[in-house]
Amino acid sequence: MRILLIAISIIGLILTVVPSILVFTQNITLETHKQLMLAGMVLWFGTAVFWIKEKNE
Amino acid sequence: MNNIIQRLDARLKNIDEYERRPVPDDKRKGWKGFLGMYAGEHTAGTEFVIGPLFVAHGVATGELIWGLILGNVLAVLSWAFLCAPVAVKTKLTLYWQMKKICGSKLASVYNVVNALMFCFLAGAMIAVAATAIGLPFGIPMPELGDWMPTSIGWVITVFFVGLVITLVAIMGYDYVAWFANVAFPWMILVFIAAAFAALPKLGVTSISDFWTVAQDKIWTGIPAEGQSKFTFWHVMFFAWFANMAMHIGMADMSILRFAKKWQHGFASGSGMFFGHFIAWMASGILTAAAAGAIAPGIIAYNSAGIAGAICVVIAGWTTANPTIYRAGLAFQSVTPNWKRWKVTLFTGLVTSIAACFPALVMQLLDFVALYGLVLMPMGAVIFLDVMVFKKLNLISNLAENTGIDFNWMAGLTWVITLLLCLSINLYMGVEIFFLGLPGWFIASLLYIGFSILYQRKIMDPKSVKVPA
Repeated sequence: MRILLIAISIIGLILTVVPSILVFTQNITLETHKQLMLAGMVLWFGTAVFWIKEKNE
Repeated sequence: MNNIIQRLDARLKNIDEYERRPVPDDKRKGWKGFLGMYAGEHTAGTEFVIGPLFVAHGVATGELIWGLILGNVLAVLSWAFLCAPVAVKTKLTLYWQMKKICGSKLASVYNVVNALMFCFLAGAMIAVAATAIGLPFGIPMPELGDWMPTSIGWVITVFFVGLVITLVAIMGYDYVAWFANVAFPWMILVFIAAAFAALPKLGVTSISDFWTVAQDKIWTGIPAEGQSKFTFWHVMFFAWFANMAMHIGMADMSILRFAKKWQHGFASGSGMFFGHFIAWMASGILTAAAAGAIAPGIIAYNSAGIAGAICVVIAGWTTANPTIYRAGLAFQSVTPNWKRWKVTLFTGLVTSIAACFPALVMQLLDFVALYGLVLMPMGAVIFLDVMVFKKLNLISNLAENTGIDFNWMAGLTWVITLLLCLSINLYMGVEIFFLGLPGWFIASLLYIGFSILYQRKIMDPKSVKVPA
């Protein structure tokens, strides 16, 4: 389960940053990039809060 | 319902963050906690303001890059070689160490000043977050020239943001660190992605275009109308002293007292190079792409949509949280009978009131420089007292060892240093950004001089309870 959550979180980060590169290379529009960033944010916060635990080292 | 409130109250009463005693060894933390904490804290909502202000002040591209690199390296070295060794050696917060050196009365004066400064700083973070929260509701946002609250909608937005941030801060250090850890990886990528996506609008379509466009359209070296010209030296000293209160001023003893080793002070590098390098440059690009707009919510929304606006909010939170936490610690030392959560709640209220005034954001560079400068002399006092006095055969922790409640040597050092810095500013025309460096040496010389004079010529040796 934890591995699945981490994988989804990573997809969220990829959706956050990769679309901007595609805007830069003029493969997608700025609007599409904004929507993909929103999806990335939902995926990140929807999963990262479950596997990034409080540290009591 | 009553049962829930009683359980919550019991839990809050039991939060023990070792404010009044050294952190025990089993509660100390490794690198990971500090890397996340610093990275989150210094990739903040205010970075969305500082980057654009550099653009407005006409910094040239080369000046910005080299100034940031050198200034940030100096800041990390200040954390590692000044603040961390003191924090690891004493394991106490700044506030309780101050009490041992300066006595309860002087420490109380200092702590109130300190806590108010932190409240104002956290207020700026809250105001930045509020500029994004208000966007979808069409609330009129303050502009560059606004100093007073602009609408009731603005005030309500600020208080809503302040309430949420205060509740998180009440939950304590671990919750703050956790929040920063969760938010940071996404946040820094939003800064980078938003800047990348904005580049084509500025005419950058390949990496090789960047330098030319940066010089012609972003960091042009020409200040906006009515703004002073910043040079390499402004950038370097600002980057070094933006967090002067934290490193040279020793406020981060509150954080680094949990460190296992003084070398953990180098963890501050994560905050400096992600937050004060990448994020400042990214927000500069964003403001250029937004035709010089300064409001953080707007420039982030333009290039990153809703995610960008939410990033501004979260970036504000991750800095305001530890800042309110520190302010709460400072207030707690003058209200020892209050539980920390009650003090933090009070601190959050003061901060939210301060945040209603947009002047905090619009004059951010000057305020940041001022608050570091005001707190710096006591940082020099603490560093010398803990790390140097024994080598000079001087008595450390004078207040604790002699029972005085106001250490005049420290008090005079603080006041005279600030007066001399003010004189240098007024009569020699040296800008506030540059005063920290001469100020630290002035404070050090004064404190050593006063201490030698007092301890060797005036003080009765029999009054010392514990020999140095």
